[in-house]
Amino acid sequence: MGTGIATTGKFPLSHHFTNVEQQVESNKFGMWLFLATEVLIFGGLFCAYIVYRYLHPEIFVDAHHFLDKKMGLINTIVLLTSSLTVALAIRAAQTNEQKWIKIHLVTTIICAGIFMCIKYMEYSHKFHVGLLPGEYFRAASEQFREPHNVQIFFGIYFLMTGLHGIHVVIGMVLLSVMLVKASKGKFGPHYYGPLELSGLYWHLVDLIWIFLFPLLYLIH
Amino acid sequence: MGDHNVNYLEAKKGLKSWLVTVDHKRIGLMYLFSVLFFFLAGGVFALLFRAELLTAKGDMVSADTYNTFFTLHGVIMVFLVIIPSVPAALGNFVLPLQLGAKDVAFPKLNLLSLYIFWIGATMALGTIIVGTLDPTLIGRVDTGWTFYTPYSSNGGTAVIWMTLAAFILGFSSILTGMNFIVTIHRLRAPGLTWFRLPLFIWAIYATSIIQVMATPVLGITLLLLIMENVVGIGIFNPNLGGDPVLFQHFFWFYSHPAVYIMILPGMAVQSELIAVFSQKKLFGYKYVAFSSLAIAIISFIVWGHHMFVSGQSELLSMIFSFLTFLVAIPSGVKIFNWVATMYKGSISLKTPMLWALNFMFLFTIGGLTGLHLGTLSTDVHLHDTYFVVAHFHYVMMGGTLMTFVGGIFYWWPKMTGYTYNENLGRASAIIVFIGFNVTFLIQFVMGAQGMPRRYYQYIEQYEKFHVVSTIGAFILLVGFLIAAFALVQSLIQKNKAPDNPWKARSLEWTHTATPPVEHNFIGQPVVEYGPYDYDAPMVVETLESLEAKGQPYQFSEA
Repeated sequence: MGTGIATTGKFPLSHHFTNVEQQVESNKFGMWLFLATEVLIFGGLFCAYIVYRYLHPEIFVDAHHFLDKKMGLINTIVLLTSSLTVALAIRAAQTNEQKWIKIHLVTTIICAGIFMCIKYMEYSHKFHVGLLPGEYFRAASEQFREPHNVQIFFGIYFLMTGLHGIHVVIGMVLLSVMLVKASKGKFGPHYYGPLELSGLYWHLVDLIWIFLFPLLYLIH
Repeated sequence: MGDHNVNYLEAKKGLKSWLVTVDHKRIGLMYLFSVLFFFLAGGVFALLFRAELLTAKGDMVSADTYNTFFTLHGVIMVFLVIIPSVPAALGNFVLPLQLGAKDVAFPKLNLLSLYIFWIGATMALGTIIVGTLDPTLIGRVDTGWTFYTPYSSNGGTAVIWMTLAAFILGFSSILTGMNFIVTIHRLRAPGLTWFRLPLFIWAIYATSIIQVMATPVLGITLLLLIMENVVGIGIFNPNLGGDPVLFQHFFWFYSHPAVYIMILPGMAVQSELIAVFSQKKLFGYKYVAFSSLAIAIISFIVWGHHMFVSGQSELLSMIFSFLTFLVAIPSGVKIFNWVATMYKGSISLKTPMLWALNFMFLFTIGGLTGLHLGTLSTDVHLHDTYFVVAHFHYVMMGGTLMTFVGGIFYWWPKMTGYTYNENLGRASAIIVFIGFNVTFLIQFVMGAQGMPRRYYQYIEQYEKFHVVSTIGAFILLVGFLIAAFALVQSLIQKNKAPDNPWKARSLEWTHTATPPVEHNFIGQPVVEYGPYDYDAPMVVETLESLEAKGQPYQFSEA
């Protein structure tokens, strides 16, 4: 991918940068640092996952049967698709196909919406049968080998997928803002920085799910 | 847009121009005054419980109130004073100037970080005020600044609010760190290579890395704690299969690096002060620069030394103990290099230099007593005693706060344009040095004799020590009040300061007016020598001045 350096068109250069390259590179660098902090936030939860899976392996095996693999798989495919479309939106900006920027962005946002709907269905099922974290856990206990600790798994499940879900929603807002900008014709080969940075964020959200899905749904 | 070549304080007028400013200098000043306000608040809590500890019996306030006092002292001093003190307040003002940049890389995020800081601070103070006025309403925050479970997981709602406040303050810290890293990488003036950077920048760079890498982990830890309190998630609750010690691991994974977020900026200021007031090239520049990075890296792998008596495995404790000793190496490198810099320098004992010397003595004591605590066998005896209290006050207060105040005196003429009364400044540094040692040196003794920290009542054997310590605390108050008086007086007397009163060689002194213009520099500064080359003739060039001379600057591919 190019660096987004202006050749034609108007580039909004901020007062404190001396040239376009400096601004583009600074913004990208800043975004990567931000993504690193995101990884570390989730890293804390992955640590909690590792510690408790090490302490109670049988709980994780027993409890994961109560997650719906099919729904998880559909969501994985949906998110992967959305990652592709957001990359295509950036490509469309680089090649100045204004219509396709918008189409790809809309597809991405719809995919994110589908993901959240499926997540909602999964959550409401678990709420219904009482597979809840901590002291609210009230599912039938005879299905578990170590029933008094099984809520730990659902605590971790809800925390990880919940935090991820919040990130999906933030991503939807971010991409909608990009869509508004795109429909005003702001993006093109001369300027697509914000679009690219939103895309980076979206890829990270996708990537975290790629780890969550096998760790939570596909335990052996 | 108006003229950018006027004094930044007078470029725009009115409260609104401050509240919506994206000028790093104004944001730095707002941070500075916020931090000083919280320093006063945190200090008042310290004086209150020092007064309570004057006698062995608990007689001035109730035990619950006492717990609240030391918690609030800790929370305020750590999260609202020391962490933002040098990076957010001084760093915001100085860093872009030293780099020859017009601003930080993300000025709007910078303003956002200030607002997030204010929101977090308001929540913290609000919790304090509501909790003190009516403890039945939300309960009190009495967990200590570390929020250890189970104290914190079955407390009142006040703990939730305070945790949330610390969570929010973390974001402010992350934003500042990100901003500085990008600024240092991308916005350096032509000719300002990495090894021509002032050491202030190097240490702030190391600090920023820790802020960005460690604070998110604190964020998720506090979030887990909030979830523990709000929905009883059980991660830290043994009744539900959780592990309370896991909280300590998570907490110290952030908070041990965080003590280096606190001390590295102190070292940053120290390098500037020692070199300038010795008028000598800083000894071992690269060693000092890399020792900052070494401290940043080692800081991530020593957290277990806080848990030697928490049931951690012996092997782990031994490893953590060994790694802890490693921290002494880069810290020692710095101290020796500063001393070597002063050797045969032309030392002038101006106010900032006196504060720097305070740092040198106090930090050395603090650092060396840290080794007692890093040693397994002695730590078992000294753990949770006043020895620990004395140790970290020597490092945090004797280290960071001394250079913070020294830094304020050093950059005050640049920030405000006025000079202060040198004798008052010197007197404050000396009185604080005396008060500090009276307060804390004795605490090593009583800690070694077994006085536990955070106790409300104690046996009479320790009373004489506590009396001395409390007297010292009030001497400290006098010292800081004199310093504050000197600064306020300078604003009233309005004695104009020259552009470079200390004959310094870094860009904020050589290339800017006092106070600087709104966009910092008139013309783009060009750097042709190192920040401590006091033996070289002073050269003040910009791209434009070189152009005018017919010798345009040759950009090299870097």
